[in-house]
Amino acid sequence: MNKNIWVFCEQRDGEIQPVALELLGIAKELSEKTNEKVGAILVGHNVKAKANDLVAYGADEVYVVDDEELDNFLTEPYVQAVYKLVSDYKPSILLFGATSIGRDLAPRLSARLRTGLTADCTKLECDEKGNLFMTRPAFGGNLFATIACPDHRPQMSTVRPGVMKKAERDDSRKGEIIDVKIDWDTSKFAVKLIEEVKEVQSVDKIEDAKILVSCGRGVKNVKPAFEVAEKLKGTVSSSRALVDAGVMEHARQVGQTGKTVRPQAYLAFGISGAIQHLAGMEESEFIVAVNTDKSAPIFKVANLGIVSDAAAVMKNLIKML
Amino acid sequence: MAEYKQLLFEQMIKDFAENEVKPLAQEIDEEERFPIETVEKMGKLGIMGIIVPKQYGGAGGDYNMYIRAVEEISKACGTTGVILSAHMSLCVAPILEFGTEAQKAKYLPDLASGKKIGAFGLTEPNAGTDAGNQQTVAVEKDDHYLLNGNKIFITNAGYADTYVVIAVTGKAAKGPEMSAFIVEKGMEGFSFGKKEKKMGIRGSATCELIFENVKVPKENMLGQRGDGFKIAMKTLDGGRIGIAAQALGIAEGALDETIAYVKSRKQFSKSLSAFQNTQFVIADLATKVAAARALVYIATDAKQKKLPTLSVNAAQAKLFASETAMEVTTKAVQLHGGYGYTREYPIERMMRDAKITEIYEGTSEVQRMVISGALLRK
Amino acid sequence: MKIIVCIKQVPNTTEIKIDPVTNTLKRDGVPSIINPDDKSAIDVAIQLKEKHGAEVTVICMGPPQAENALREALAMGADNAYLLTDRAFAGSDTLATSTIVAAAIKKLGADVVLCGRQAIDGDTAQVGPQIAEHLGIPQITYAAAIDYNEERNSLIVKRQFEDRYQTLEVSGQCLVTVLSTLCKPRYMNVWDIVDQDSKEVGKITFADMDLDAKNIGLAGSPTKVQSTATKQFDKTIETLELDPEAAAKAIIDALSKRHLI
Repeated sequence: MNKNIWVFCEQRDGEIQPVALELLGIAKELSEKTNEKVGAILVGHNVKAKANDLVAYGADEVYVVDDEELDNFLTEPYVQAVYKLVSDYKPSILLFGATSIGRDLAPRLSARLRTGLTADCTKLECDEKGNLFMTRPAFGGNLFATIACPDHRPQMSTVRPGVMKKAERDDSRKGEIIDVKIDWDTSKFAVKLIEEVKEVQSVDKIEDAKILVSCGRGVKNVKPAFEVAEKLKGTVSSSRALVDAGVMEHARQVGQTGKTVRPQAYLAFGISGAIQHLAGMEESEFIVAVNTDKSAPIFKVANLGIVSDAAAVMKNLIKML
Repeated sequence: MAEYKQLLFEQMIKDFAENEVKPLAQEIDEEERFPIETVEKMGKLGIMGIIVPKQYGGAGGDYNMYIRAVEEISKACGTTGVILSAHMSLCVAPILEFGTEAQKAKYLPDLASGKKIGAFGLTEPNAGTDAGNQQTVAVEKDDHYLLNGNKIFITNAGYADTYVVIAVTGKAAKGPEMSAFIVEKGMEGFSFGKKEKKMGIRGSATCELIFENVKVPKENMLGQRGDGFKIAMKTLDGGRIGIAAQALGIAEGALDETIAYVKSRKQFSKSLSAFQNTQFVIADLATKVAAARALVYIATDAKQKKLPTLSVNAAQAKLFASETAMEVTTKAVQLHGGYGYTREYPIERMMRDAKITEIYEGTSEVQRMVISGALLRK
Repeated sequence: MKIIVCIKQVPNTTEIKIDPVTNTLKRDGVPSIINPDDKSAIDVAIQLKEKHGAEVTVICMGPPQAENALREALAMGADNAYLLTDRAFAGSDTLATSTIVAAAIKKLGADVVLCGRQAIDGDTAQVGPQIAEHLGIPQITYAAAIDYNEERNSLIVKRQFEDRYQTLEVSGQCLVTVLSTLCKPRYMNVWDIVDQDSKEVGKITFADMDLDAKNIGLAGSPTKVQSTATKQFDKTIETLELDPEAAAKAIIDALSKRHLI
């Protein structure tokens, strides 16, 4: 009988990734309903010292595979390690972050275990019997499907980073740390690492941004907008007025003669909302508008409209974020 | 399977026009720049050689595909549409139709791949609508003809490598004897005059061709000596379908833009599309576009099947499609109001581009002459 | 080199909208396209063919109308195309789908299998790695560049992560999943479009493959869809007059309520 809720705690260069703490948070919440333990998987090289942190963040058991074969992420050794743990200890639920590592590892593992996997979940719930209900977006976020895996164990899911609430740290918590050694099948290690290079990605494509901080004629100085965007992990976009004035690049222009955007949040500062602009952004999921002119048309589409001075609001945002 | 051929071609050309041609339309108009990169892309995809048989490196497609290509591309950009039309209808087609095996083998592969661009030289300062009044002369001498004279308003001039040129080679029973030649860029004595500054299709190159004692080898004569006028007229029959397709495309593009605009633009707190005036104007324009489309396809079919009605079909298609393009774009600007008059919107460019379709490759008046001539001669 | 590219025909989700009144998905008239990541995979395969010589076979599981996607692949320059189609395949989740596709690849034989990273309708990114596991061959996902080293007979792949990339080398059979950003997929060309007259799309059904019925279709799918719901629109429209500090606070509250910060 499979039992317990496990979390694959992703680490990079020995640093536990935020998504792992979010997964511990939701695992803890689910375990209270099913009365099970929360298990954490920590695999890597020179990572064992982090096991106590995972206990502090809610793990009752931490399964550690510390081995130089796991120094850099490579699919096959990581799959062999996790597969061994899961086969031996048989958890009922196995959660991964929906990162480029989790989404590589989890499907390969699910096929090896011949069990179901639900990708990129944004909501997890379960009943007392431990059946997991996984909700995920599909069709470009237009549809949400709730998926179960009734007859197979473990029930596997990758969870979108940034959605679940991070577990609180509690250093007084106690947990068990279990070291596991793996008998590697190195004949399967066909992929060789030539190099690994860290890079800072600058996502400046406004079409791809999750959050857009957009400026219009009412913003005299655009520098604060970039600071707000940076703090929100968003991108700066613009109305036509500032592009024509040479203040912003054309690549940032939203609207009929610019780009059509559908971010999760569109923050319009000092934008009056000409029809040509609205055409490019009115399908955004959540629209905030800040403008001093109460009658500006932007307020007709803004979910949250604020009559206030854009520059002053941005200044406060930078302070508070 | 034939149905897939049609389906996939439609999908490809629409994709290409939308993603490669449309984004450049405004820029090449503003800068009066020939979109050489687009021509290269069209060459790689086989568009520059749609009608050229496979044995000459072409795609082996049919005339209908070619006309659809001009139409879809012109929807996005009238300039790019006429570049393709002049290349194919006025250079590739006559070489294909009247060329010797050696000429086809020599010229068609590079034209089909887009490595070389084609053009056609007929119009002269004193021979526009009166095309018979040619002043350019080609005098036979040893193994060549010595070509002297000027051609004006030549589309693709300068960028084109291969020119089909009409010149007087002697006297015939009724007026001058004309012949057609394939003239290559780089031949000694062949140069280009000033580039015209135009109202529309501003990205297309329109220049003068200057021939000063150009030695054109005898094997470059296209068809028989004395066939020049016939070749010119037959070439123009095909060319007119290309221009008709260009006009149709411009009209369709303007209609699409206008429909999108009137749906989004609000006045008196309702969208323009809710006003009956808008609705009726759109209905009339769409109907004329549909009629123009039918005439263009009838002419295309006549060309494909080599029907005797081709001249009249082509003239009717060009006459109606070009006048429709002018009407649609003019009314489209009106529906756009002040914005339509600005360069912020593509509609004023479309109106300027549309005008030329009533003029080149035979003005509307010439088309009426062709149509009535065929009807009243009998 | 024999390359098999696995593609999916998907509705163009950028054109799918929700009817705000009925709150249902408006799918009428939404065109079907080759999944964008998969289209890049087709392009990469043809690039490898042009540079190093290869036979490119494209396969697609789906209903008969998915032939259109395979025809498009042929018109881009692929050599062969097969449609995996059978009523027994209906209702397959990613595990069952990968089982079917892996069986087809086994039947056809391949040195390199290319897939798109993920499909825009499901966004799971699961089928590629699952196929690799069924075939028992190594996988490289999130490929941002692929090259072939003729001397060493190996693929060199740039593997993209959020914060880094790896350069990986693999010789022998392997499966690579491709990001759409790897290349701008080529257009169909008129030569290959005209050739459609003489090209056939092969059909592979359940009976043609070594498959156990209990591993495919609904029966072979561990995951079951319990319910679906469409996105709820945030229809609240409110305009508040606030001082800058209160305004900033209201914005932060609203964003954190939506898990955006």
